[in-house]
Amino acid sequence: MAGYLIRRFGLMLVTLFGISVLVFVMLRLVPGNIADILFDAAGLIDTADKAKLEHDLGIDQPIVIQYAHWVNGLAHGDLGYSYVSEKPALQEIAPRIPITAKLAGLALAFSVVFGVPLGVISAVKQNSAIDYVLRVISLSGLSMPAFWLGLLILMAFVAWFGEIPIYTDPPVGFWNTLWLYSVPAAAVGFRSSALVMRLTRSSMLEVLRQDYIRTARAKGASLRSVNYHHALRNALLPVVTVIGIEAAFLMGGLIVTETVFNIPGVARFLVEAIRWRDYPIVQNLVMFIAVVAVGMNFLIDVLYAVLDPRIRYSG
Amino acid sequence: MKAGLSALAAAAMAVASIAAAHAADQPKHGGIVRFYHRETPPSLSILEEATFSVNAPAMAFFNNLIVYDQHKPQNSMDTIVPELATSWSWDKANTALTFKLRQGVTWHDGKPFTAKDVKCTMDLLLDKNPNDKLRKNPRKGWFEEISDVTTNGDFEVTMHLKRPQPSLLAMFASGYTPMYPCHVPSAQQRTHPIGTGPFMFQSEQQNESIKLVKNPHYWKKGLPYLDGIEYTIIKSRATAVLAFVAGKVDVTFPTEMTKALEDDIKKQDPKAICELAPINVNTNLIINRDKPPFNNAELRSAMNMALDRKAFIDLILQGQGDAGGSLLPAPEGVWGMPPDMLKTIPGYGDVAKDREQARAIMTKLGYSKDKPLKIKVSTRNLATYRDPAVVLIDQLKTIWIDAELDPVESSAWFAKVARGDYAVGLNLTGNGIDDPDQAFYENYGCGSQRNYTHYCNRDLQKLFDQQSQETDLAKRKKLVWEIDKKIQEDVARPILFHARTGTCWKPYVKNLTIMTNSAYNGYRYEDLWLDK
Repeated sequence: MAGYLIRRFGLMLVTLFGISVLVFVMLRLVPGNIADILFDAAGLIDTADKAKLEHDLGIDQPIVIQYAHWVNGLAHGDLGYSYVSEKPALQEIAPRIPITAKLAGLALAFSVVFGVPLGVISAVKQNSAIDYVLRVISLSGLSMPAFWLGLLILMAFVAWFGEIPIYTDPPVGFWNTLWLYSVPAAAVGFRSSALVMRLTRSSMLEVLRQDYIRTARAKGASLRSVNYHHALRNALLPVVTVIGIEAAFLMGGLIVTETVFNIPGVARFLVEAIRWRDYPIVQNLVMFIAVVAVGMNFLIDVLYAVLDPRIRYSG
Repeated sequence: MKAGLSALAAAAMAVASIAAAHAADQPKHGGIVRFYHRETPPSLSILEEATFSVNAPAMAFFNNLIVYDQHKPQNSMDTIVPELATSWSWDKANTALTFKLRQGVTWHDGKPFTAKDVKCTMDLLLDKNPNDKLRKNPRKGWFEEISDVTTNGDFEVTMHLKRPQPSLLAMFASGYTPMYPCHVPSAQQRTHPIGTGPFMFQSEQQNESIKLVKNPHYWKKGLPYLDGIEYTIIKSRATAVLAFVAGKVDVTFPTEMTKALEDDIKKQDPKAICELAPINVNTNLIINRDKPPFNNAELRSAMNMALDRKAFIDLILQGQGDAGGSLLPAPEGVWGMPPDMLKTIPGYGDVAKDREQARAIMTKLGYSKDKPLKIKVSTRNLATYRDPAVVLIDQLKTIWIDAELDPVESSAWFAKVARGDYAVGLNLTGNGIDDPDQAFYENYGCGSQRNYTHYCNRDLQKLFDQQSQETDLAKRKKLVWEIDKKIQEDVARPILFHARTGTCWKPYVKNLTIMTNSAYNGYRYEDLWLDK
């Protein structure tokens, strides 16, 4: 088990290094830099002033030196300064992480709480009326664009309650926070739970057709025991993978939801930073998301090993 | 007796209703007005920026020497009022402009405002400050005629000009020309501005909000009425409109509403007050006159004659726009050519006739329906640019120009245009003030950074100088019309339309005036109040 974990951890570090290089290079391959954008906003290009700004920011240096500066800074806990706000990057990034984490956590909880049980029910009651209804709901969850669903929810709130559940100020207190995040989380969770539900259903159906399930039934095990003790545990393996991937995605992929519900989270900030070519923000934020994604994968690998001992021995 | 009592009751009621109405008109102190902001501004330093995304929140931090009256919608020389200057005067030769300064004014950090601060600000703008430099200086050209700035004691400052320029006052009155303190580095003004204005900087969070708090020591006693102003940054316009309808914000971002959005708002919130007005931003066609075959004046002329400006206005703006020259047309614009004059310019009259003439030119140049001229129309990849570009492509087809849309990544647009790396393009040009000096020198002056088509007519340049020095307003106007007509005839940068856009606010927001010939000058908000 220890060898397995060390191997996985090593792989995680290599992946992170690769991502750091990729992000750094790709960002600089995109046309334009912060100086272009700042001068573009003023509708003019003053070559001398622009060159001075590039020099001041150090973006006129060779890419290797820029990369070395960044990595050296990271090693010393210095993430640099945002080109736009001119504040330390850490000070800009840090407050947005809990915002997105709360939203992602709630959305994930929504998707697991609804997705897994409904997927099991749908599989156990295959081809029944309830299965059809659940399949239609899950399909609609997958096919509805997030921005459309989000706007629809906002419009409904305004029309029916004269209220709009968007973020304008940081919420105060537990209930306020829950209220503010639960609506967008439900919008995101609807899609996520549909995905989890469909996967749980197909995974369950596959497991329910296995010989050992038939054997368990033949031995006289109760339906409940077969479904929930024998089948569900094995059916959950791919579901855990998807939940892990979904968790990592939610940390950086909620651009549309954050925009529609005006939540100042990580994803919206990242898109803005890309628009401004705010390298210190983009690089560090992408690295943070990468660490979350790679970390989640590592966690899934560990969970896999716990759930299925065969993996530890063969992996 | 009964009649007497009735008369008394009626009189009492009348007095009560007048008193109530009067009370309703009496400004109330307190409250925070909430705007939505369309984006995180590039910085809060007005002197360094050229977008009203900055002016809207930042103008309230500052004061100018003089300013356009904040409650007269049309900015003109007649609406300029004193602010940090108590008076101004020209010398006999009209080459020295002296401002007497207000005493007892302090910066937000408590330091006194003096003539030294004015000199520092002007040195920044003229790029002559040995200790400080603006990161960007987009309006350096506005003050090119100022050769020197001298102070006389703490409360008098004189601008010495190379030649007379009466419209210099317009530049000083613009929201773009606030005074900066000498003791605060210009870099700090980007993130934590210090001014003398009615509101002080409280906080700014990228993508979240900009908060302003009342300046308790504002030099205008009793002002501002509000305790603060909050701008919530809402990137999604659909969300912003819903937030306004639901009462999360009191005012929409200035000039951000289209006719369709305004109609939608009025349907959902009939009490909302909405105003559509021009913002002095025109959409124009830029043709690279250095690049064959567009170095042929006849071809450029044919392209201009293919334009149907009314179709642009109807299709893109649901009729909410105006055809005009480079200066905003009347009634909102002060300097725009009269319609009769406009009609005499090729491309502004009978569209069918003009297009026929354009086709004759194209035939002469060797093009036909079967042998069209294939081009690319480059434009910024934003809806406000792309949509008219598509209509333009359609209109160019009528004279056998087969154009393809070339959407350019927004950040690369001006760099591309400045390099001359385009053949035909569609661009938007905003004018900070409604004044010919700004419009002519900036957009059509030989060698100007913003003269994207590199149009240069030395004879016209002399006329630019002539109108700029003319002190007789009527004479200047006539000259300006002649120049504008010539610019349009030369197809320097054909103006497709001047758009009208809207702002909506809740009825309890009082004293909000929308400027009708500039979107850059009306955000001081010192006497805005809430009737709540």
